[in-house]
Amino acid sequence: MFAYYLDLALRSLKRNKVLTALMVLAIAVGIGASMTTLTVMHLLSGDPLPGRSAQIFFPQVSPDPTRPNAREPSPVMDYHSAVDLWSAHRADRQTLIVSSMIKVAAPDAALPPLRLDMLSTTADFFPMFMVPFRYGNGWNAGDDAAHARVAVISDDLNDKLFGGVDSVGRTLRLGSSDVRIVGVLKPWRPTPLFYEAWGAYTKPQDVMTPFSTGLEINDGHFQQYNCWHIPDTPGHLQNAPCNWIALWVQLDDAAKAGAYQRFVADYAAQQKAIGRFTSSITSMRSLMQWLDHIGVVPSDVRLQVWLAFAFLVICLFNTVGLLLAKFLRRGGELGVRRALGATRGALFAQCLVEAGLIGLLGGIGGWLLTLAGLGLMRRQPTDYADIIHLDLPMFLTTFALAIATSLLAGLLPAARASRVVPAMQLKVL
Amino acid sequence: MQIRPILSALRHHRLATLLIALEIAMACAVLCNACFLIASRVSAMEIHSGVDEAALAQIKLDCDDCNANDLNARVLSGLGNLPGVQSVSVINAVPFGDHAGTAGITLDPAGQHSGGVVDFYTAGPGSFEALGLRLLAGPLPRQDDFRPIDNFLPADAPVWVTSALAEHLWPDANPMGREFWMDKFHFRVAGVLEHFARPGGGEGGPLTREWSVYVPTQPGAQLFGNYLLRAKPGQLQQVLRAAPAALAKMAPDAVLDKAASRSIGELRDGYFQADRAMAGILIGVIAALLLVTALGIVGLASFWVQQRRRQIGIRRAIGATRGDILRYFQTENFLIVTIGIVLGMLLAYVLNLLLMTHYELPRLPLFYLPIGALVLWGLGQLAVLGPALRAAAVPPVVATRSV
Repeated sequence: MFAYYLDLALRSLKRNKVLTALMVLAIAVGIGASMTTLTVMHLLSGDPLPGRSAQIFFPQVSPDPTRPNAREPSPVMDYHSAVDLWSAHRADRQTLIVSSMIKVAAPDAALPPLRLDMLSTTADFFPMFMVPFRYGNGWNAGDDAAHARVAVISDDLNDKLFGGVDSVGRTLRLGSSDVRIVGVLKPWRPTPLFYEAWGAYTKPQDVMTPFSTGLEINDGHFQQYNCWHIPDTPGHLQNAPCNWIALWVQLDDAAKAGAYQRFVADYAAQQKAIGRFTSSITSMRSLMQWLDHIGVVPSDVRLQVWLAFAFLVICLFNTVGLLLAKFLRRGGELGVRRALGATRGALFAQCLVEAGLIGLLGGIGGWLLTLAGLGLMRRQPTDYADIIHLDLPMFLTTFALAIATSLLAGLLPAARASRVVPAMQLKVL
Repeated sequence: MQIRPILSALRHHRLATLLIALEIAMACAVLCNACFLIASRVSAMEIHSGVDEAALAQIKLDCDDCNANDLNARVLSGLGNLPGVQSVSVINAVPFGDHAGTAGITLDPAGQHSGGVVDFYTAGPGSFEALGLRLLAGPLPRQDDFRPIDNFLPADAPVWVTSALAEHLWPDANPMGREFWMDKFHFRVAGVLEHFARPGGGEGGPLTREWSVYVPTQPGAQLFGNYLLRAKPGQLQQVLRAAPAALAKMAPDAVLDKAASRSIGELRDGYFQADRAMAGILIGVIAALLLVTALGIVGLASFWVQQRRRQIGIRRAIGATRGDILRYFQTENFLIVTIGIVLGMLLAYVLNLLLMTHYELPRLPLFYLPIGALVLWGLGQLAVLGPALRAAAVPPVVATRSV
């Protein structure tokens, strides 16, 4: 039966090519616009650590004593609080995060020095965030304690400085200090770059050093998030009244998460009791809750999705109107089928098959327009331009959305068309 | 033109009429709001920086091991001698560049009465004239106004504030001679500037965009490596092309920050890139929207013309002119579009309310509604013209034929 309906639909579509083209075009443009924006949204609001994000938490306290009535704790902490919480080792894994700009050169490469953002973190960073290594490994807790002069570099930087060969054991000059490379990452592009507390879409830093080492070799070049007094030495923030270090923890089950939340709350209360804090407010969101809280997806991107869907609704109305005109025009033909014994349901199905076929054609057009739209998005000067692509779920969604839209558009016209009174139609013929 | 027969004909096609009207209503709602979004983006881009953008550029050098005074001296004299350069001065930041001196100020020494978060421009001798700042009150900075930095800012300094900031801090009062503090630093207003935009966006929205403070400062260990270059008229590009090679020679130990070392015009373009891209996308959406709406009208109108050939023929046979037929379809379209526009204005208002709650957009000014209506009326008439002309061309003889 389906094959017969399909044949009828094809014949009908061929009969009025202009009208068919108009409908297919309207659906294609609507789908293209919606899927382009939806794909960008899908990529930007995705889970940066699939399989692990539920165990990653972001504890916050409020160290700034000038804000006793703060309703939201600070996203980052002062050195004192961050190191206190980190060195307690109450979580399954915990890591400190701070980044700073530094001059990077490879003594045995002939390239001029680069100025790069350096991530200073602790040994747990790599296993906790499942960072993939191409060569070597991360450093261990001993290196953190010993302020070891070691570094992990990105795949990109390894290509640039060492032509992509195994550079483990080679020397890198950071500022005026020499460090030994212990690991080279595979391409790693968590989206968003969640561990930066403000959720950027940039690439991870190309150079990573132990937290203690980074603070030493780049002393004087650290940027605060905020200070409640001017630090005595600019860029040297240990013991300065400034928030600047992020803390992430891994907690493997709900009981541990609850216990850690109490630990952080107790810490804040104790700090308030000794007069270092003026607010004991704390918070501990999971990774995805945190990204949601800071509204990581740019508001322009969300606005574009809304616009695109408003546009799709317009295309839908357009298609409903055209299908209605088309099906009602075929009253005679449908009347004959009714007179020959076809049920209303059969006519309804026949009309829907035709609508679905238009949807499929529109879906193909929409898919091509989506590819073109994403191509345009890739050329925009955004931090996330390089990650924009159409993945399989979004490819399938394109066609599902196109067919769903056209079937939806076909419902009303098909219902109207299947109500033809055969006698009326036959009389006119 | 009689409207009643048109209305009764439309009553036979209630559903199709309603659908097209709804399509036009949605189009009207999206059109008005998208135009409003574009207009607000464009107006956000029209910031008055207060400086001579066409003549100015920023040169930023990174040098960890340099002696600050030595580097400043080498760059000031080296760049100053390049052909086409009018002046070079030291400055911590420029409008549309990276922010460098953002801090909260207070109106009392104890820090109880907050004055908001402002941007401090710490700038060396010659920078005031180079920027081309326009004074509303007070004198130009004098030689002894340029004081050495104590950690972050000069400990006690005369400052020049913008009229926007002065109006915020001391509404309706004369700002000259007023004092404010930032932590332990003390400032006294020595002059008022007409305009001077802060480097990045104002944290409190567009109203704070000009909360800038010009602090005359002695270059030194806390103020070096960032330079304001003023070129002679029309020679900025040529100077910027020659600068990297010259800098490599005069300061081989420093790394030129290429992303930051641009003309203020380029920095401005970069700063508004996202807004321009968004405006472009919105224009694209509007164009596609109008196209699809027009296609819908063309499709339906052609269909109706085809369906009514016989009736048209009969009307022609009993004396209707081509003009009558043409006007019939035009009036029909006008009526449908009008229904759509009435609904669309309500929808536009609802959509605007949604945008206001989710995207902190102001209320849609009412004048967008008649503009949207005119555009859609025009679009409808254009779209229906083709099918209507075809209808008018139907010969009366059709009436005598059996279809």
